[in-house]
Amino acid sequence: MTALLEATDLVRVYTGRQGLFGKAAPVRAVDGVSLRVMPGETLGIVGESGSGKSTLGRMLLGVDPAQGGTVRFGGTPMPERATPAWRALRARMQMVFQDPLAALDRRLTIAAQIREPLEIHRIGDARARAARVGELMQAVGLRPDQAGRYPHELSGGQRQRVVIARALASGPELLVCDEPVSALDVSIQAQVVNLLRELQREGRRSMVFISHDLKVVRNLCDRVAVMYLGRIVEEGPSELLFARPRHPYTRALISSVPEPGRPLDGRVILQGEPPNPAKRPSGCAFHPRCALATDVCRNTVPELRQTDPEQTAACHHADGTAASRAA
Amino acid sequence: MANLVEIRDLRVAFDGVPVLHGVDLEVAPGEALGLVGESGCGKSVTWLAALGLLPSKASVTGRVQLGETDLTGAPQSALETVRGGRIAMIFQDPSSALNPVLKIGRQLCEALRLHRGLTGAAAKTEALRLMDLVGIPDARGRFRLYPHEFSGGQCQRLMIAMALAGEPDLLIADEPTTALDATIQAQILDLLARLRAEMNMATVFISHDLGAVAQVCERVCVMYAGRIVEQGSVGQLFEHPRHPYTRGLFDALPRLFGPRTALVPIPGTVPDPRNLPGGCAFQPRCAHAQPFCQSALPDLLPQRDGRKLACAYPLPERGQGGERQAAREGVFQ
Amino acid sequence: MIRFVTIRLLRAVITVLAVMTFAFVVLRMSGDPAEVLLGPDVPQTVIDAFRKQWGLDAPLWQQYLSYIGAIFSGDFGLSMRDRSPAIQLVMERVPATLQLTIPALLLKLGIGIPAGVYAALHRDSAVDRGVIFLAILGFTIPSFVMGLVLVLIFAVTLGVLPSGGFGSWQHAILPAITISIGGIGILARFSRSAMTEVLGQPYIRTASAKGVKWRDVVRGHALPNAAVPIVTIVGFMVGSLIAGAVVVETIFSWPGIGRLLIVSVSNRDLAVVQCILLLIAAVMVVSNLIVDLLYGWLDPRLRA
Ligand SMILES: Nc1ncnc2c1ncn2[C@@H]1O[C@H](COP(=O)(O)OP(=O)(O)OP(=O)(O)O)[C@@H](O)[C@H]1O
Ligand SMILES: Nc1ncnc2c1ncn2[C@@H]1O[C@H](COP(=O)(O)OP(=O)(O)OP(=O)(O)O)[C@@H](O)[C@H]1O
Ligand SMILES: [Mg+2]
Ligand SMILES: [Mg+2]
Repeated sequence: MTALLEATDLVRVYTGRQGLFGKAAPVRAVDGVSLRVMPGETLGIVGESGSGKSTLGRMLLGVDPAQGGTVRFGGTPMPERATPAWRALRARMQMVFQDPLAALDRRLTIAAQIREPLEIHRIGDARARAARVGELMQAVGLRPDQAGRYPHELSGGQRQRVVIARALASGPELLVCDEPVSALDVSIQAQVVNLLRELQREGRRSMVFISHDLKVVRNLCDRVAVMYLGRIVEEGPSELLFARPRHPYTRALISSVPEPGRPLDGRVILQGEPPNPAKRPSGCAFHPRCALATDVCRNTVPELRQTDPEQTAACHHADGTAASRAA
Repeated sequence: MANLVEIRDLRVAFDGVPVLHGVDLEVAPGEALGLVGESGCGKSVTWLAALGLLPSKASVTGRVQLGETDLTGAPQSALETVRGGRIAMIFQDPSSALNPVLKIGRQLCEALRLHRGLTGAAAKTEALRLMDLVGIPDARGRFRLYPHEFSGGQCQRLMIAMALAGEPDLLIADEPTTALDATIQAQILDLLARLRAEMNMATVFISHDLGAVAQVCERVCVMYAGRIVEQGSVGQLFEHPRHPYTRGLFDALPRLFGPRTALVPIPGTVPDPRNLPGGCAFQPRCAHAQPFCQSALPDLLPQRDGRKLACAYPLPERGQGGERQAAREGVFQ
Repeated sequence: MIRFVTIRLLRAVITVLAVMTFAFVVLRMSGDPAEVLLGPDVPQTVIDAFRKQWGLDAPLWQQYLSYIGAIFSGDFGLSMRDRSPAIQLVMERVPATLQLTIPALLLKLGIGIPAGVYAALHRDSAVDRGVIFLAILGFTIPSFVMGLVLVLIFAVTLGVLPSGGFGSWQHAILPAITISIGGIGILARFSRSAMTEVLGQPYIRTASAKGVKWRDVVRGHALPNAAVPIVTIVGFMVGSLIAGAVVVETIFSWPGIGRLLIVSVSNRDLAVVQCILLLIAAVMVVSNLIVDLLYGWLDPRLRA
């Protein structure tokens, strides 16, 4: 089976300034990331703030230009950004952002906003569009009488549903969701997560789900990639990866999720902060916070290697010895 | 043991719209109390009202008893010695909770001067000790830096250090980790738990992360629409929630272990305080609601096992079969 | 820091150059100084002689280059009217203008900022509403209307102050007030909104929760933060110390820069006009520079 989306060695460097008049410090926000998404598969991307998740998500859709690497969608290379071919392709891939209120136009009714992609991509006539909007609203659990409402008249969860309905309007094969539930209360979050689960079930729709909430990611995703400082440090099927993390960072990340009934002590609590992406540590970027770090970690960048049949990790110590000692 | 703080029938209204409808709450010395509930249910307002920190358009009634003094009627000067001195409060989003134009050393020393009378070198020594205590590396070198020169996690540590400056009997932590990264969250929770043990300081931990609350608290209050609906020990509430709302909060939570099944959300959304449903405020979203719930507002009543509950048809107690039998117990005890 | 200052200075030079070029182009395009100064009935030979004398017969770009070159060597030219050095004519008038604009600036600061801060501290009170109303009134009424109204009240009806002219300090009162009123309104509005915004910030609540007295919260925590946006506006006002009195000086026949500017423009007295514009631009640029340096001092986040 060919992958729906295949990214190879993506690189994105921001040449942002530090402060108002500081020196330009290049930030390798995404630094050689390769991944594939199969048709119908959901890939989760997790990692801490600033690890490059959002940047990667935008690059997968070609919204952000890549300084290196390629993206292939449906077997063919992604067309240049802002070309007609690329715009046409956008009907087949859509994005959902974290803040629904910012993503919606407060002057348009929600029906008008859901209809917008149909108009942009010239899908159907007026009647077919109206029918499709009704269908979409029902699919995401919005009542027909809410069609004429404005975004500020809806709750946060309902707004996020509008955003999802709009993203689904053109029938995309790929949906990239960037923290779609992070701003929502648990109960509303569960409503939106369930909605996404249903979307997964009903069609062969692929999804890239970006989040720092490991619990939601585990619930929703078939495979998970863990990012640290612009690189993927571990990747694998979500059940396996959560049950048997190989990279010490993944282990710490999973361990830091508070679960009712799991006591504080016995958890792996990382020391220190996530490093500044403009000052990437030598060797393995995680070594200053890693309990297993040795000289090789300080000097040599670890490659992603197979640790289990379907799991890869970029750690010098992921091969049984030190890792199993710490586990 | 006498309670450190007792809140009785606390009511708050903004521009005539009531958002707290009579909250009763007590905190024992040294205790760790969790306050959970969905956004807008009044968790923050409860403690802001108790400390007199709400804007003047808020009208506050009820009693907040701290030892001998009633804080709701107390004059500003009395409140000012309580704030930061006996009750300290830290907030969500530490980066914006510190004054951006003042050096953090100065912000720490201000608290020390106000509540411990320390100035000059003595204040600086103590401030450095506090920075060390909360784990700021190179405290001496960073004493004269500004908040933006620290990371989010470090800012929250500084907030905690500032709260500790007055050696308070009670620390209110209002979603102290919500704006932080997962690994930093764990560090801060760890720090709070450690400090509480070391300093025997009561803590109120406000959060909507049930997992975090379970880890740091002994007792939990669940709030809904401006009322406490269930209250009990962490074990009681988290293993056998009896209020359908408490239960709903747990079921909605995705799990880190076990099978990956569909989540069970609570249907609907939190009601608008201007437009509360009749009877029990949770009744329109409740799967167990009976017609009775639409007309009568359940009181928060003590139960046999020590918890308090405000529900006419609560979920059955452990080991007790028929739901019928357990029903109505909350009302007619 | 050095980088910062060089960038700023470069920008200042470019601004001044742009102003000079603009003045040159506009004045040269809008009429012939020879005709204006000498009158319409003068024989062509006289006009030609005048042109030759002032270098007006050369191609425009040559005139422009020699003009710029002269200025960079410190020569601001002679007034075409009485042949005295333009710079001297202009500088003679500066004190008179400052006698109006400095008291006006002090009034703006002394009344506008406290009024705005007070209003912000008592949001939605009667005083707050009054301040907003007066502030809007202050900066919407054009200064020539305001000037005339004040003259009508204090000079004509009450007869307590002179209606115009130059001499005693009483003469300065009405024009200074007229100049200041718009600025007071703007500053009051601005300080109010800056302060309101700051008072809503989380760190203000933190300070209160720490037990700081409200008075000290306002002084020690709120005002330093509100100062940043207020300084911007004040900087702008300082920048208009020279240029801000043109209309008012005319109304009150005050012999300052403004009057000189108007007379020189109508006479096409190029050297003088350009000299004045240069001075105005220089003051603006310098005050902007000071504001930028103040920013860094007030708000550590803006430091490099
Ligand atoms: N437009 C930009 N200009 C300069 N630097 C940027 C830009 N956008 C992002 N960055 C930097 O790139 C890095 C990755 O950012 P990105 O937003 O992709 O992270 P993220 O993993 O999505 O984080 P978060 O969880 O906070 O959303 C960060 O260090 C960020 O500061
Ligand atoms: N300053 C205010 N003016 C008007 N209404 C307010 C104000 N502060 C809070 N409220 C209202 O009071 C209610 C309770 O708010 P509160 O901040 O206590 O909620 P919370 O439980 O802390 O929620 P969150 O989890 O979002 O912090 C909400 O309906 C809110 O809209
Ligand atoms: Mg992001
Ligand atoms: Mg709150």
